[in-house]
Amino acid sequence: MSVTAALDDRRHASVPIRGTDVAKRFSERGKAVVDALRGISLEVGRGEVVGLVGPDGAGKTTLIRCIAGLLRPSAGTISVLGLDAVRDTLAVRSRIGYMPQKFGLYQDLTVQENLDLYADLQGVPVAERPARYARLMKMTNLAPFTRRLAGRLSGGMKQKLGLSCALIKSPELLLLDEPTVGVDPVSRRELWQIVGELVSQDQIGVLVSTAYLDEAERCDRVLVMFDGQVVDRGSPVSFRERLVGHVDQVHCDDQRIARRIHSRACDLSLVADATIRSGRVRIVRATADAAARRTLADTFGVALEPAAPTFEDAFMHMADARRASNEDPGHHPVVGGSASHPVDAGRVVVRVRDLLKRFGDFEAVSGVSFDVCAGEVFGLLGPNGAGKSTTFRMLCGLLAVSGGEVRVAGHDLRKTSARARARLGYMAQQFSLYSQLSVQENLDFFGRAYGLTGRRLRDRVRWAFEHFGLGQRRNAPAGTLPGGYKQRLAMAAAMLHEPDLLFLDEPTSGVDPLARREFWQRINDFAEGGVTVIVTTHFMEEAEYCDRMLIMAHGRPLALGTPAEIRALARDDVHADPSIEDAFVALAEGRARPIDVTAASGDHA
Amino acid sequence: MSRSLLRLRGLLRKEALQIRRDPSSILLALVMPVVLLFLFGYGVSLDAENIPLAIVLQDDSQTGRDLASRFQLSRYFRVSRVTSLAEADELMRRHVVDGIVHLDSDFSGRLAQGNAPVQLLLSGVDSNRARLIQGYVQGVVGSWATQRADRGEPVARSRIQVRQRVWFNEAVRSTNFLVPGLLTLIMTLIGVLLTALVIAREWERGTMEAILATPLRARELLLGKVVPYYLLGLAGLALSVVLGTTVFDVPFRGSFGALFILSSLFLFASLGLGLFISAATRVQFIAAQLSLIGGFLPAFFLSGLLFDLESTPRFVQVVSYAVPARHFVAISHTLFLAGDVPGVLVPGGLILLGMATFFLLMARRRLGLRLDA
Repeated sequence: MSVTAALDDRRHASVPIRGTDVAKRFSERGKAVVDALRGISLEVGRGEVVGLVGPDGAGKTTLIRCIAGLLRPSAGTISVLGLDAVRDTLAVRSRIGYMPQKFGLYQDLTVQENLDLYADLQGVPVAERPARYARLMKMTNLAPFTRRLAGRLSGGMKQKLGLSCALIKSPELLLLDEPTVGVDPVSRRELWQIVGELVSQDQIGVLVSTAYLDEAERCDRVLVMFDGQVVDRGSPVSFRERLVGHVDQVHCDDQRIARRIHSRACDLSLVADATIRSGRVRIVRATADAAARRTLADTFGVALEPAAPTFEDAFMHMADARRASNEDPGHHPVVGGSASHPVDAGRVVVRVRDLLKRFGDFEAVSGVSFDVCAGEVFGLLGPNGAGKSTTFRMLCGLLAVSGGEVRVAGHDLRKTSARARARLGYMAQQFSLYSQLSVQENLDFFGRAYGLTGRRLRDRVRWAFEHFGLGQRRNAPAGTLPGGYKQRLAMAAAMLHEPDLLFLDEPTSGVDPLARREFWQRINDFAEGGVTVIVTTHFMEEAEYCDRMLIMAHGRPLALGTPAEIRALARDDVHADPSIEDAFVALAEGRARPIDVTAASGDHA
Repeated sequence: MSRSLLRLRGLLRKEALQIRRDPSSILLALVMPVVLLFLFGYGVSLDAENIPLAIVLQDDSQTGRDLASRFQLSRYFRVSRVTSLAEADELMRRHVVDGIVHLDSDFSGRLAQGNAPVQLLLSGVDSNRARLIQGYVQGVVGSWATQRADRGEPVARSRIQVRQRVWFNEAVRSTNFLVPGLLTLIMTLIGVLLTALVIAREWERGTMEAILATPLRARELLLGKVVPYYLLGLAGLALSVVLGTTVFDVPFRGSFGALFILSSLFLFASLGLGLFISAATRVQFIAAQLSLIGGFLPAFFLSGLLFDLESTPRFVQVVSYAVPARHFVAISHTLFLAGDVPGVLVPGGLILLGMATFFLLMARRRLGLRLDA
C-alpha cells in the first residue's frame, strides 16, 4: 500500500459520517410501499455541526436511524468513523452518542440512575466515572437534581439529561434527532452552547435534525430534505446570500393592519412566504426583480424596505418553489370568507381573576389574571410544563379551578348549560377525532353533536370541505391522513357550528413549518371574521400573530401584553430589536422586569 | 468486570429499580398470589358444606328420629325439619333447600321387614352439586345402617354397598387439588402478563431506541429481562407454596429440588412466551390482550386446573398438550399430593424444557438490534 493511500485511508477512517446513495424503502405487507430515503449522499467531518431540516415525513429521522445502525438501508453504504454502519453496527455504536426524539430516558429512574445505566451500557470504566459525571453535570447544570426522577424533570432538563446520556462516553460522533422540540427557549440556547463547546474542544462531528429553522443558522452546514431526498445543501450563509433582494419588510404600528397585510400577502402567488416578526410584516418574494416589489407596494399601499434574508426565508422560498412546480398536494391555499360575526370590540368575553390550580401540594397554576375581548386573538405562551394547558382546560370548563374566578361570556362554564357551550369551539392538543371514521363521517358526527341537522349540516360540511381543502379526501379514514390534514380536520370539526369563541390547544405542536404557517393564516382569517380565539403554543415566534398574549413559566404569569409591549421588555444595548423569544429569555433569566400582570385588567380597548 | 457483564449489570439494576418503583409489578407478583390463594382456598370450593336440606319425618318413631338427627349432626347439612312433603316441596321451589329427605310413616315398620325406602329429592339446578348431595346422603344413611347392624338391630339391606377409598386426596378436599393448580396460574401471570408489558413499554416510551443505539448485544437484552422476572416468579412461587402448606394445610409430598427445577423450566417457558409477545407487538395494549388470550386463558381453562381434561372432547385434549400450563399442572399435582413420581415428572419436565427453549429462541429472534428487525 502506498503512503498516500494509507494516509487517504486514515483520513477516511476519521470522517465521522460518509453516506453514499443511501436509500430506505419500507414495504410492509398490506401497506403501501414508502420510499423514505432516496439516493442520499452526505458527509459530516470532525469538528463540524451539520443540520438536517425539512418538513415532517421528509426522512430526517430515518436517515439518522440508518446512521446509528438502527435501520438497515435498502441501498447504498454508510460509513461511520471508517466502519460500516450495517456490518460493524456494534463497533459503531460504542463510538457514537445518539439522542432520539423522546430523549430515551427512563422516567422512573433518577438522573443519577439514568447516567449509571448508560455508563454501564457504553462500558465507561468505573474509575473514570466520577470525573465524567462531574463534567456533564456542570455542563448541563443538573448537579443539584441527580436524585430526582427523570419523569419529574422539566422539558429542558430532560433534554439536557438525554444529551448527557448520549455524551456519557465522549463520543466521536453525536446524532441528535429534533433535540429541542417542546423545550423552552432558554434550554434550547443552552443546548446549542453545550454542543458548540464540545465541537470546539473535542472536535467531534454532530448531525442534528431540527424543526426550528432559526437553529439551522447555528450549523456549519445544512442539508435540506424533502420527500426523502436532499434537495439542497450548503452553509447557512450561502442560503441567505441567494435570497438577497427577495426579502422586504413593512413597518406597521397597528397589529391589526400588520395582520391584514400579512393575510393578503399570503394569498399572492408572487409571494413565497409572509410572516410577522417583531411587529413587521416580512415578505419573501418568489423572484428578486424590482417590478414585483413595486407591485406589492402598490397592492398594499405601503412602503416596502429591503430586509436581510434569514435561513428560514431561504427554506420557505425553496418550499414555495417546490409547491409551484409539482403542485404539492400537502398544501391547500386558504380560502377566505368565513362567516362574519358582528364584532363588539372591547366587550370582555373571557375574564380570569387569580386563577389557581392545585394537584395535591403542587401548584400547577397560580396568580393568573387576564381578560380577552371580542374578536381578539389571545395567546397563552410558555414552554412545556408552564401551566398553559392547565389554564386552558380551566377556561374551557374541562378542569375544576382550585381558586379564583373564570367567566366565559359571563358564565361559569362548569355550571352553565349546554347552550352556552354551543357557542364555543374546542380543538384538543391530541388528535381527538375518530381514526376509523372517514373525514365526512367525522364532520357529520361532530356537526350533529353540536346540534346541526339536515340542510344546515350539509351546508356546513360542504363549507368545511371547501374551506379546509378536505373535499378530495372525504372518504379517507381520518387516521390515515397526513399530519397537516389531521390538524385541518380537527379545526374544521371545531368550527362547524360557527362558534364565536374558539379554543385551540397547541394546534401547531408537531406540525412542520409549512403547515404551521397555513394554520395561522386560518386563525387570522377567523379573527378577521370576528371570532375570538384563545390559543396556546410553545413556539415563541407564533406570538406575533396574537393581538395580546400571556407568557407563563412554572405555572406563574411572566408578562401580559401586546407583542410590541412584550418585545419592548427586552430592549437593551445588546438587543436593539429583540424578538418575543429574546423577551422570554430575558424574563426567564430575570434580566427584564415583568409587566405587573396582576394589575392588568379589562382596561385596554 | 468485562464490558458484557457491565452492560448486563446495568440492565439488571435498571429493571430491579423499575420493578421496585412500579407498584403494579409488585402487586401482580406478590399480592395477586395471596388474593388468588385466599379466593380459591376459601371462596371457591368444589366441595359442598352446609347444604340446606329439608327432612320430612312422617314416622315419628325412635328409629326415624335417630336417622334424622344423623343428618342434623353432619357438617355437610343444615337441616330444616318439616312435617309434610308439600311443605318441603315449597321450600325446594323457593330454593330455600337443595334437597329433601323423606321418611314415610311406615319407615320403622318396613325397616324391620328389611325393606325401608329413604326417598331423596334433589334440586338438579347444579348437576355437580346434586351428585355431591346424593353422595353425602348415601354416606349418612350408609354409616347409620352400618352402626345399627353392628348393634344387631334390623336394617334394610342395601343392594349396593358403597365402599369408597380415596387415594392421594384422602380428605377429598378440593383445596388440595386447587392450590397446586394455582401455582401454575400465578406463575403464568408473572411470566406472561408482566413480561409481555415490559418490552412493549420500552418501545412505547422510546427507551428501547436509545438503549439499542449502545453496543448492547441481543442476548444481554434478553437476559436483562429474563433474570429479574424469573426471580420475581420464584418469589411468587415460594410465597404460594408456603401459604398453601401452612394456611391451607395442603400436603407437599415431593422434593423441593424437583419443584425448583420443574417450576424454573415452566417459568422460562412462560417468560419466553411473554417476551416473544412483547417483542413482536411493541404495543402494551395489544401485548396485554395477546398475553391474556395466549397465556392466561389457556392456563385457566386448558390446563386441568379447574376442569378435568379427561372429560373434554378429544380435540380439546389435543390442543391442551400445546399449553405449557397443562404439563405443569400435572407436575404440581403430583409433587404436592403423590410425591416424586419419575413417570410423571421426567416426561413433563422434558416437554417444558423443549417449550422453554422454543419460546426463548422465538423471543431472541424477535429482539433484533434494529428497529426494522
